[in-house]
Amino acid sequence: MSWLDRVRNSIPFIAKRETAENLWHKCGKCGSMVFVKEWEDNLNVCPRCDHHDRIGPRRRFAQLFDSGRYQLMAEPIVAEDPLRFRDTKRYTDRLKAARAATRERDAFQNARGCIGGREAVVGVQSFAFMGGSMGAAVGAAFVVGAREALQHRCPYVVVTAAGGARMQEGILSLMQMARTAVAVSQLKDAGLPFLVILSDPTTGGVTASYAMLGDVHLAEPGALIGFAGQRVIEQTIREKLPEGFQRAEYLLEHGMVDAVVHRKDLAGTLAQLIAYLSPREREAA
Amino acid sequence: MQTYLDFEKPVAQLAERVAELRETAAEGAVNIDAEIGRLEAKADRLLRDTYRQLNAWQKTQVARHPNRPHFKHYVDALATDFVPLAGDRNFGEDRAILGGLATLNGRRVMLIGHEKGDDTASRLRHNFGMAKPEGYRKAVRLMELASRFGLPLVTIVDTAGAFPGIQAEERGQAEAVARSIETCLSLRVPFVAVVTGEGGSGGALAIAAANRVLMLEHAVYSVITPEGCASILWRTADRAPDAADAMRMTATDLEGLGVIDRIVPEPLGGAHRDHAATVRAVGEAIGAELDALCTKSGRELRDERRAKFLRMGG
Repeated sequence: MSWLDRVRNSIPFIAKRETAENLWHKCGKCGSMVFVKEWEDNLNVCPRCDHHDRIGPRRRFAQLFDSGRYQLMAEPIVAEDPLRFRDTKRYTDRLKAARAATRERDAFQNARGCIGGREAVVGVQSFAFMGGSMGAAVGAAFVVGAREALQHRCPYVVVTAAGGARMQEGILSLMQMARTAVAVSQLKDAGLPFLVILSDPTTGGVTASYAMLGDVHLAEPGALIGFAGQRVIEQTIREKLPEGFQRAEYLLEHGMVDAVVHRKDLAGTLAQLIAYLSPREREAA
Repeated sequence: MQTYLDFEKPVAQLAERVAELRETAAEGAVNIDAEIGRLEAKADRLLRDTYRQLNAWQKTQVARHPNRPHFKHYVDALATDFVPLAGDRNFGEDRAILGGLATLNGRRVMLIGHEKGDDTASRLRHNFGMAKPEGYRKAVRLMELASRFGLPLVTIVDTAGAFPGIQAEERGQAEAVARSIETCLSLRVPFVAVVTGEGGSGGALAIAAANRVLMLEHAVYSVITPEGCASILWRTADRAPDAADAMRMTATDLEGLGVIDRIVPEPLGGAHRDHAATVRAVGEAIGAELDALCTKSGRELRDERRAKFLRMGG
């Protein structure tokens, strides 16, 4: 993209030119060129090879809630850059760049709406925002979503996507694993279902906390899901990894997820699950 | 035989000089006691000065020191009675995490901890302290046992991290760690964790989400190893010292961030130079923390623990 395109695209009120780039989407897996419209109508799944592309919170909400209608929840404000972290760049600069690129505040958003006619809170992790990494903002947003579900006595559905913990927040990012685990326990204690949809990729500290604590785990086809990174494993054991290692289908085979569900069936499957697991109205005693 | 770390070279040189002089003195030629005394005092001063200002990367070396006291040293010195318990009742026995019923200073507790081993054979047997899913599932089993029978839980945390391997992934390493964290946060008994060496990421937190988290003075605790962080953010593991510094992984840093509750001082020159004093200090700190926690109800203990972690990161 040239600097001119970048500027043009960053200004919302200038209509985007219909360039080849805007009209066509090239599948990241099979390389097929697909009309963007066709690809989007197909829920960002390649109509040729079924490759499920990564999608952000807004698109996910639109796909999961009944008639694409939902109410976005405010994101909690947390202390920014608690460690004043700097690697080759300042963490605050990385945050700024991610915000400009995604127009999201951080890597996790919640919304409330109905799925199959029943109320639900849905949280979606955004891989586009610093690899979906979990820092205090993600942890806090997860807690806010869980709390909203508690208040409305409805299920909490979370779509995961993350490389892991946000290293720039050091130990505080690690602590988000415990923080989110507490929120999950509170849902369970209240008898509310916590449903997890694992999307590509979900690894590291996110997998080792709320992503694996669901009452039901669904995974999108082909999603990479694991604890350790593949390079780390190869370096440790010094052998090649098996075909399909850490993919959704592999996790199904090894008992870690309940089902691998095509994106077009996700909303329907969720509606089914919610119908079974939603807290019943207490009969008058 | 003392193993010297890189930054301890000047101390090592002095110690060598003292040893040479002693040999000369033993030959009876001249009386050089005064000279030896002077050199020893100098070595002590140097060691004290060095250890007073260790940076995060140097502390990482100390925390990983092969002669640092490990789980078994704590059991041997602190437990007047110990009944080891093994197995996850599901797959196997993982010796990277050990546990059992222990009596510490007259108090019956459940004691669980990572064990790295201290020679080649034992390091292999304990997989260098890197647990697989069955290790965490055993920990869950023992934690639940403790909670059910009202036994306070004490954990000794010292691991580079949960083991990254094919079988570990197949058996659900992530799920095992997650469940272990969840269990820590659900127990209705007093729970004290002590990070004695390396607090390596999720593999450490899995047995460290406690009411009170203690840390030895030169221990480290972080979300990823400095080498791992450097190779991702700086694209070279050579920048590990910078990563260690940036991540703020020392006991003082963590106390400042409100992640740990108490620092247990180490003997001069680090825990590896005096096991007995280190273990004693840890034992006393655990005792004091348990005294305070044991006055609370099970529900209070669980709720306070949950509230503490729910606040982390603001």
